[in-house]
Amino acid sequence: MTGKIVRVTGPLVVARGMPGIQMYSVVRVGDMGLVGEVIRIEGEDVFIQVYEDTSGIRPGEPVEDTGTPLVAELGPGLLSSIYDGTERPLVILKQEGDYVVRGISAPALDRKKKWKFRPTVKKGDELDKGAIIGEVKEFNIIHRVMLPPTIGGKVEKIDEGEFTVEEIVAVVNGKSLTMMQKWPVRIPRPVRQKQDPNIPLVTGMRILDALFPLAKGGTAAIPGGFGTGKTVTQQSLAKFCDADIIIYVGCGERGNEMADVLHEFPELEDPRTGKPLMQRTVLIANTSNMPVAAREASVYLGATLGEYYRDMGYDVALMADSTSRWAEALREMSSRLGEMPGEEGYPAYLSSRVAQFYERAGRVKTLTGNDGSLTMIGAVSPPGGDFSEPVTQNTLRVVKVFWALDKRLAQRRHFPAISWLNSYSLYTEEVADWWVKGVNPQTTILRDWASGLLQKENELQEIVQLVGPDALPDREKVILMVGRILREDFLQQNAFTDDAFASPQKQIRMLEVVKAFNTYAMQMLEEGKSAGDLQVHDAVPRIARLKEKMGDEFEKEATLIVGMVV
Amino acid sequence: MAFIKEFQTVSEIKGPLLFVEGVEGAGYDELVRIRTADGDLTGKVLDARKGMAVVQVFEGTFGVSKQARVRFTGDVVRLGVGSDMVGRVFDGLGRPIDGGLQPKPEEKLEITGAALNPVSRSVPQDFIQTGVSTIDVMNTLVRGQKLPIFSGSGLPHNKLAVQIARQATVKGTEGFNVIFGAMGITSEEAKFFIREFERTGAIEHSTLFLNLADDPAIERLMTPRMALTAAEYLAYEQGMHILVILTDLTNYCEALREISAAREEIPGRRGYPGYMYTDLATLYERAGRVHGRTGSITQMPFLTMPNDDMTHPIPDLTGYITEGQVVLSRALHRRGIYPPINPLPSLSRLMNQGIGEGKTRDDHYGVSNQLYAFYAEGMDLRNLVAIVGEAALGAKDRQILKFANDFEDRFIRQGFHENRSVEVSLDIAWDLFSEVPETELKKIKTQFIERHLKQKGKTDGSEGNSK
Repeated sequence: MTGKIVRVTGPLVVARGMPGIQMYSVVRVGDMGLVGEVIRIEGEDVFIQVYEDTSGIRPGEPVEDTGTPLVAELGPGLLSSIYDGTERPLVILKQEGDYVVRGISAPALDRKKKWKFRPTVKKGDELDKGAIIGEVKEFNIIHRVMLPPTIGGKVEKIDEGEFTVEEIVAVVNGKSLTMMQKWPVRIPRPVRQKQDPNIPLVTGMRILDALFPLAKGGTAAIPGGFGTGKTVTQQSLAKFCDADIIIYVGCGERGNEMADVLHEFPELEDPRTGKPLMQRTVLIANTSNMPVAAREASVYLGATLGEYYRDMGYDVALMADSTSRWAEALREMSSRLGEMPGEEGYPAYLSSRVAQFYERAGRVKTLTGNDGSLTMIGAVSPPGGDFSEPVTQNTLRVVKVFWALDKRLAQRRHFPAISWLNSYSLYTEEVADWWVKGVNPQTTILRDWASGLLQKENELQEIVQLVGPDALPDREKVILMVGRILREDFLQQNAFTDDAFASPQKQIRMLEVVKAFNTYAMQMLEEGKSAGDLQVHDAVPRIARLKEKMGDEFEKEATLIVGMVV
Repeated sequence: MAFIKEFQTVSEIKGPLLFVEGVEGAGYDELVRIRTADGDLTGKVLDARKGMAVVQVFEGTFGVSKQARVRFTGDVVRLGVGSDMVGRVFDGLGRPIDGGLQPKPEEKLEITGAALNPVSRSVPQDFIQTGVSTIDVMNTLVRGQKLPIFSGSGLPHNKLAVQIARQATVKGTEGFNVIFGAMGITSEEAKFFIREFERTGAIEHSTLFLNLADDPAIERLMTPRMALTAAEYLAYEQGMHILVILTDLTNYCEALREISAAREEIPGRRGYPGYMYTDLATLYERAGRVHGRTGSITQMPFLTMPNDDMTHPIPDLTGYITEGQVVLSRALHRRGIYPPINPLPSLSRLMNQGIGEGKTRDDHYGVSNQLYAFYAEGMDLRNLVAIVGEAALGAKDRQILKFANDFEDRFIRQGFHENRSVEVSLDIAWDLFSEVPETELKKIKTQFIERHLKQKGKTDGSEGNSK
């Protein structure tokens, strides 16, 4: 079906002469064939958001309906790739020049590459929808080739050997299947059921793991003004968290940041497998100067890729940086459509869109009965660092973990600049079992002690602001001192040194050391020592440098310090 | 698309916008020429409809009547670029105003640059020495970075811009070619820049695009794009290292708001359009380096924060796009400290790429972090002292408080003509560290403390004698 353009204004194009076109159909716009998507139908007028720059497009040029919604290509070859918001492979596009010019496209998956396919089912087997039919090795991940979630039945034919993603590997229930499947990005892939998230996603960041843990299949938001470390935190998570697959969506952010990830990830090792981090990562880059509509699509593309690997039985973590840019893309299109604005110009459906997006996370039983999870971590960029704005508030209504970045911490280079007073996690109890049984039986006690002390320290700081530190009794001075140790020597963690990843054991051991010092200090006060004596105790500088130690050396030092304070 | 048509069907003139009826097939973003009784104007299409086009007139609509003849050129706005542009002065639309002829264009480039493929970008990592301690040590600038200066009215940001333009170098290379894009600054300010550039001979390596305060406001929306198009050509085609100074982005954003209001768009925060983030990104993201090409574009946009408010949409959206910010402080300025850079809210995101052994010095990272920590603590103490008095502080706190004062006086403060090497700046920091207890230097590796404080021990002695 072909229509004609009647209006062009920025990324919005209006066409006529397309009766029967469906909402969210993908269309080709103008003589250049720019990709767009139908977002409103009003009488004869069809409103299209275009994923590319519309300069020079004129009324009268044709619009072609492709008949399908925006779909993601799923299959072997996704890992270590970098795509734009509509799954165009940026490495391939680079062959056309250094700029992403208009109207060019390339398939997401390499059509020529041969993959060694090994069937795991045989002719005659009866398969459920979405069942796994074979395996391909994608770097050192076993890529499980699945039936599309809509297809099941009897295996009529299945072959072993080397295939491209377009060659037929099996015939099931009369349907010829390749290793590639397509799925509409705006629709969640089905699962058998959702399960309780009770396994932590270990991030190696002490403030996250020890105080505000995230569960595999959970959701978290990191709101913070600029310069508070959203991106550094997201990148640290992408590097060190114990997920099998990472989907990193750079949504409306900086080009140099993506260049940095591209430069760094192939060289960094996955701490668990020793392979380059890039081999477990898919990057989606839609930088701030790339077309705004594609930014809107990029988060859905990310979720779809994540669900695909989840369905294979993997733990997937999706980082979206930043969801505010996605919301702004919604706002921009909404405003061009002339919709009645809600709060701060955002459309009234912002809240439901945000909720739908995060609802795609979860720890699940897949259609094949495997366990898999998709964890979602969204950065939020509130204007002026004001958390009362609509995107932050709508996000906090649905996510379970809130890592609040604090500008004052960032300004004094306390990193990660996550506030221990404002953040929260609703998974603390769910994952406690894992820590108590697998790491240290004292975990819960130590955690409660640390948060309690930090809370107390904060209250005392307020008094200090009025009366000065010297007016406090010694006992309170010691609380201030231990609070400071917790903040500076435990919570602060440099993302650019070896300390960037602390194992769960190391985290708890460090807490044990600080608590031992606290107990000792309180006891010394009873025995007549002053807070001033404790300030200059030999253990203090050692605790300060404890985090720099690794492995056996760390344990030796920890034991030594504990020995000093009994 | 070779059709060129002229229309005399203007139906409405509103602010900088013309509504032209009966137009068939004008392209979005198309360049438009408008012939009036008083002369020719240029503009571009903002909204292309069947039978109607909305045209934004760069020079403003003063003197335009409904009899104006509007010609759609079939092309978009372009800038003729060539290596002859270096050393020249242009107006905000790229026409020479230095009395010389239009330089011979080697290419005519669209001024709305396409987005650089992130895969083509190479990571900025060459340390730029600006000779300003607070920037070099604490907010290091690297080649290909975009680092804005957040200023306020009445603060000496122009002096700082000139000082940086004059002093910026990358070790072992020749200096930068400067492209200067002025948006709505006063003629007095423009004269200051031209005079300073001429005085130091920098003008020979500079290209100026000037849209002054009395030039049409809408033209300002074009000026930075002209400047950046020239920058891209000189950097990526001619292999030059370009430092782009844009000032003042606040005026640019006002013009953007003016257009948005004239189009009766739904306003976002404080009346600025909802797409201001995207619009600013299409400017700022044009900084960078590209794999396989020699040149680079480093951007230093200047903006004045209305009422010194960093949460105002202009600095706020800028901060979300740029790779950090350098913030000028009125409090420091009042105390007579130049350059009044407050390091605490300042930040350079690409700093880590550009510092350390082989780039600046191995102790750089720790020194910077330690300066931040002490100064932040010192500022807290200064607030506390205002309430409880200095007597309520312990000995250690008093040392930190003194550190903060000395830091402002000896590290932040420097002369307009004082070009400090990064080594000199780092040594000043060690000098300051020598007056606090060594155990407090928690952010610095022990090996550096030993090396530099021991060295200091000697120099301190000699300084002591000379006093």
